[in-house]
Amino acid sequence: MTLARADRVSRRYGDTLALDQVDLDVRAGELVGLLGPNGAGKSTLINLLVGLRRPTSGRVELFGGDPRDPASRRRLGVTPQETGLPGTLRVGEVVDFVCAHYPEPIPRGELLDRFGLNELVRRQTGGLSGGQKRRLAVALAFVGRPRLVVLDEPTTGLDVEARHTLWEAIRTFHADGGTVLLSSHYLEEVEALAQRVVVIGHGRVLADDSVDAVRSVVGVRRVSLTVDDLPALPGVARVERVDGRTHLFTPDADQLVRDLITSGVAFRDLEVRPTSLEEAFLAITTAEPAAA
Amino acid sequence: MPLALTHARYQLLETVRIPIAIVGSAFFPAASMLFFVVPFAGKDPVGATFATASMVTFAVMSANIFQYGIGVAEDRAQPWDPFTRTLPAGPAPRFAGRIMAGLVITYLSLIPVVIIAATLTEARITPGKFLLALVTVGVTSVPFTLMGLSIGYALPSKAAIVVAQLIFFPLAFGGGLLSAPDQAPGFIQAIAPYLPTRGAAELMWAAVGDYAVNPLSLVMLGVWLVVLAALAAWAYRRDEGRRFS
Repeated sequence: MTLARADRVSRRYGDTLALDQVDLDVRAGELVGLLGPNGAGKSTLINLLVGLRRPTSGRVELFGGDPRDPASRRRLGVTPQETGLPGTLRVGEVVDFVCAHYPEPIPRGELLDRFGLNELVRRQTGGLSGGQKRRLAVALAFVGRPRLVVLDEPTTGLDVEARHTLWEAIRTFHADGGTVLLSSHYLEEVEALAQRVVVIGHGRVLADDSVDAVRSVVGVRRVSLTVDDLPALPGVARVERVDGRTHLFTPDADQLVRDLITSGVAFRDLEVRPTSLEEAFLAITTAEPAAA
Repeated sequence: MPLALTHARYQLLETVRIPIAIVGSAFFPAASMLFFVVPFAGKDPVGATFATASMVTFAVMSANIFQYGIGVAEDRAQPWDPFTRTLPAGPAPRFAGRIMAGLVITYLSLIPVVIIAATLTEARITPGKFLLALVTVGVTSVPFTLMGLSIGYALPSKAAIVVAQLIFFPLAFGGGLLSAPDQAPGFIQAIAPYLPTRGAAELMWAAVGDYAVNPLSLVMLGVWLVVLAALAAWAYRRDEGRRFS
């Protein structure tokens, strides 16, 4: 069953084409990661799916209806941007306010407990730390017992521990049958949480597959070594130098290693590993304009 | 409807937590009462009553222009506003809640004026006329609410603050609110009927005392209502179009 769908959706802002014929289906029980650089069209796509914007052409559906119809949003949970919480209201009041919009909200205490916010119930949101605000913002998405939760950059600016707490909450929701659409800058986050990843760049869907498949579609390997003077080698897509280490990205690591050895250059600490999703994703999005 | 009440409640909570916002709209009329009405008209029951009605109109105007003009412009800049639109309710409850909260704040900002009038001047009013005046406050709020909404939806918050400040004093002075009903300087007598503050003030004067309203002022108030309603609707739609279409 499809909970959210975009069908050949385009969205134009003046002369800018933010989304170009995008198709996306989010099915019940999935945990989908939405990945793309800033300005790729991620937020536009999310705004269309939650009913904040109308597509220029094409169709968006939420629970089979128009997302702009309030009734379609009854089983949807969205997280506000952290900076958007009303600073003078207390944590408990913000939760109560959101609760008032749903027929069967989660009891306030239970929700605050789940997100470790119990002790902050009397605090004004303006006085919370960045991490606490973020946790409250994400908690608000779960108030109405949603079937689909849309999280736009849920852990931006969080420390590692707070991020893992939130991941745990998202995993629990998903394990109980919830559906999640999550956009993130942290590719580690998408790798850790999502089963399916949709890569958006230049307003189009560049890849839509399992996390492993997206990595193998690109098929880039990373060859790392410590070397003083590296000659130009064939088949190297990108070179990075970090802290004295040189990282070479290549579709054919075996051939690259052979070329390295025959070149006679002195190197040490050779390491070959599959690329992270981040590297895979950079490879797709930077290659795109030439391919298009 | 209950959802609109919820929105009104939280709007009020947000306002009350920064009480200076209410103090601001209540300050000018209350100060004008203390500096001008109490020393100069305080001993004359009729004059003090009319002067109090003028200050009430002044307070209604400034409360509405400021809270809507600045409040709406600031809310539009906050990401919380779009978030509330992803909840399963349209924009209507939030809008209705804002209007209800606005009316409450307007009445609150009148309290100092009424207390000063009752304790420090000879102004007198019968219970019946007092009720009539309360209703009149609601009616005269409408044009200034529309004016505030026009400013708030048309301008970014920094511009809205300046425009609200630029508008409210000339409207008060030009409408003859700072002088007794028929003792304003000549040029004010000439321009006053064409300003919305005058029609509103005359309605207040008629509510609290023996005053025959000038038909021209009422017709012009009607014209202002239509113009301001059109302006507010245009600004609201333009804002919706920019942010939500």
